[in-house]
Amino acid sequence: MNSLEQAQKIKVRFGDLISEPAEFRSEVTLKVADAEKIPEVCRYAKSDLDFNYLVDISSVDNYGDDPRWTVVYHLRGLRHGCELRLKTDVSEEKSELPSVIDVWNTANWHEREIYDMMGIRFRGHPDLRRILMWEGYPYFPLRKDFPLAGKPSELPGIAFTKPAPLEGGPFVTVAGSGDATNREPRVRNPEE
Amino acid sequence: MRANTEIGYDSKIEGDVIVTRVDAALNWFRKNSVWPMPMGLACCAIELMAAGASRFDISRFGSEVMRFSPRQADCMIVAGTVTYKMAMCVKRIYDQMPEPKWVIAMGACASTGGMYRSYAVLQGVDHIIPVDVYVSGCPPRPEAVLDALMKLQDKIGTQPVLQDLVAVQALHPEPKAAA
Repeated sequence: MNSLEQAQKIKVRFGDLISEPAEFRSEVTLKVADAEKIPEVCRYAKSDLDFNYLVDISSVDNYGDDPRWTVVYHLRGLRHGCELRLKTDVSEEKSELPSVIDVWNTANWHEREIYDMMGIRFRGHPDLRRILMWEGYPYFPLRKDFPLAGKPSELPGIAFTKPAPLEGGPFVTVAGSGDATNREPRVRNPEE
Repeated sequence: MRANTEIGYDSKIEGDVIVTRVDAALNWFRKNSVWPMPMGLACCAIELMAAGASRFDISRFGSEVMRFSPRQADCMIVAGTVTYKMAMCVKRIYDQMPEPKWVIAMGACASTGGMYRSYAVLQGVDHIIPVDVYVSGCPPRPEAVLDALMKLQDKIGTQPVLQDLVAVQALHPEPKAAA
C-alpha cells in the first residue's frame, strides 16, 4: 500500500474533514479542515495505518493572509516506509491547537520549538516552555514580522539581546584599501 | 629565537647570582605558566583541543594545564559562538577567575559574531568582557592559537606589575594599626 492509498483511507474515514490528497513529486499531503481534530486523525493514522514515526512538526507563518498559521505534521511508517504530510490552519486570534503528545511522545520537543519560535500554543502539552530561547524572552523570532537582526531585550541576570548590524554582511570586503580594519569592516553599507 | 635581554645571564661574570628587575621576573613567571580556561562553545573548541594535543603541543608554551575551574585559570580562551543565552554564563565564569586574567577571543564568532548576524548571537565577546588577543579564522588553525598565546605572552611580559601594585596601594592605603 502506498502513501496515496493510505491517504485515501484517512479521507474515507473522516470524510469532509479531510481534503482530497494532493500529490507532488510522489509526496502526499492532506489538509485537515479543523485543527481541533488533529489528534483524532493522528491517532487513526498511527493505530490503523501504522504511521509509527512522527518525523517532524513544523509551522508556517502566512503573514498577511488569514488564517495566519499553518502547522505541518510529517508522518512515516517504519514498517511500510510510506510518508504522509498533514497540514492544518490555525488563526492568529486563536494561536492554539491540541497537542499530539498522547499519540507520539516525540511531539513534546517539536511542539515546544514551535511555541518558542512562532508562539503557537499546544493545549494539553505537559511542559510548554521555551526550548531554544530563555524563559522571559519577549518575542517569537521566527515570525515574519520579527526582524532578522533581532530586537533589544533585557532580563537582568539572565540574558540581554541587542539588534545585530546587518548592513554589508560579515564577508563583505573592500579590495585594496588600507589596513584590515578598512578592508574588512565590521559593517559596510551598500551605498558606501 | 629572540634574545631576552631583561633576564640575560652570563655565568662567567655573574656566577650563581641572577640580576634582574622584580617586574621582569614576575612577568617571566606569569607568562610561561598561563593556565587556560577553555571556554569551548562551538567548533573552535575542536581546534583548541588539537592545539593542546601532541602534534601542536601547547605545553611548549607552558599552557598545557587546561583548568575547568575558573578559579584556577589565568586566561579564558573563548572558542566559539557566544549566544545571548550563553553570554551571562561566560561573563560569570570570567568574573570568577582571579586576577591577573586575560582573554583570547578565538575565531570569527567570538571576535565579532562571525557569520551569525542574527537575533540569537552576541556580536563579539568584547561586548561583555575585555579581550586581549583576537584570532581570525573560522575556525583558526592550532598554529594561530599558539601565535595568539605567544602574542599574549609578549603582552604579559610588558605589564608593570609592581608599578600597578604601588598605584593600587596609593589609592587604597592599608589602615594603620592603632598606636
